[in-house]
Amino acid sequence: MIIAIIIGMALVTMIPRVIPAFIVDKLQFRDWMNRWLNAIPFAALGALIFPGIMTVIPDKPVIGLIGGAVAVALAYLGLNVILVVAGAIVTVFLLTM
Amino acid sequence: MDTELAEEQHASPTIHMIRKGFTVGLPIMLGYLPIAITYGVLAKQSGMSLMELTLMSVMVFAGASQFMGANMIAVGAGALEIIVATFVLNFRHFVMSLSFMNRLRDIGLKWKVPLSLGLTDETFAVSALHTKEASAEKGAYFYASLILTAYASWVGGSFLGGLLGEIIPTQLSQSMGIALYAMFIGLLIPSVKKEWGVGLVAVIAMLINTIFNQFLSDGWAIVAGTVLGGLSGVFLLKGETS
Repeated sequence: MIIAIIIGMALVTMIPRVIPAFIVDKLQFRDWMNRWLNAIPFAALGALIFPGIMTVIPDKPVIGLIGGAVAVALAYLGLNVILVVAGAIVTVFLLTM
Repeated sequence: MDTELAEEQHASPTIHMIRKGFTVGLPIMLGYLPIAITYGVLAKQSGMSLMELTLMSVMVFAGASQFMGANMIAVGAGALEIIVATFVLNFRHFVMSLSFMNRLRDIGLKWKVPLSLGLTDETFAVSALHTKEASAEKGAYFYASLILTAYASWVGGSFLGGLLGEIIPTQLSQSMGIALYAMFIGLLIPSVKKEWGVGLVAVIAMLINTIFNQFLSDGWAIVAGTVLGGLSGVFLLKGETS
């Protein structure tokens, strides 16, 4: 039964991912649409960060926000992403002690 | 620096692109490992076997929906319910894939199909910040190597989590939950520093996501935030960003 669930989950995840590979060559986008698609990564990042970040510690949204603020500060200083991630983990770890 | 340059010229473009993709993929690997381990631990606790939980990572390769799937299996939800929820949650990858594939126009279909299957929030975000490779010689190897780095760490981490089971202290695995968010922030900020409009697009997407979250599922709210938030970029961003 679990195998059937896994196969079903795989199909509904793969199909939306792969369809654009076939249709994108047939589409000609206008300039504003290209700008839209180019902005998508940044919009996606925004939508993925907030409000999800408040659920890191489900009953304490502030901890996620503080961890996020530390990440913003470290990233603003120009640190490598790996250090940004490590800094945020340490922050949350200390705050939940 | 000079020796490095000389070395790069000596290495074949294929090797060079594979190496570069791996280097760029390393932060994803670091972000994935703790999350994948957490997933493995959780899936094991929800009653899946080591083989099943690893297979799910191999076949689905989508973090949030795997957490949700494991949870739903634990509470005894029906197969159809889980599959529909997965579809809703992962539909955002359709939008991301459209954006990604639009950048890969110079790359052939035999590459585009497997690359599209490797799209996640993270591989998409990182690839989208490296657009020059799309038109470079052997550029497809760059994206393939980046995605395989992420994929290997996701699958390997899941397996490890399933093995480790209850050994990892909850406080540590919980703290690791911030890793992916921190990575998203770490990816976004450099672009914001270059162009403030990028930050504005992201904030607008956050607000739209928050509003839609009140009455839609997480997955659809993220789709709305991405699509509508991205639309603001038409006015806020210059012609060629990143």
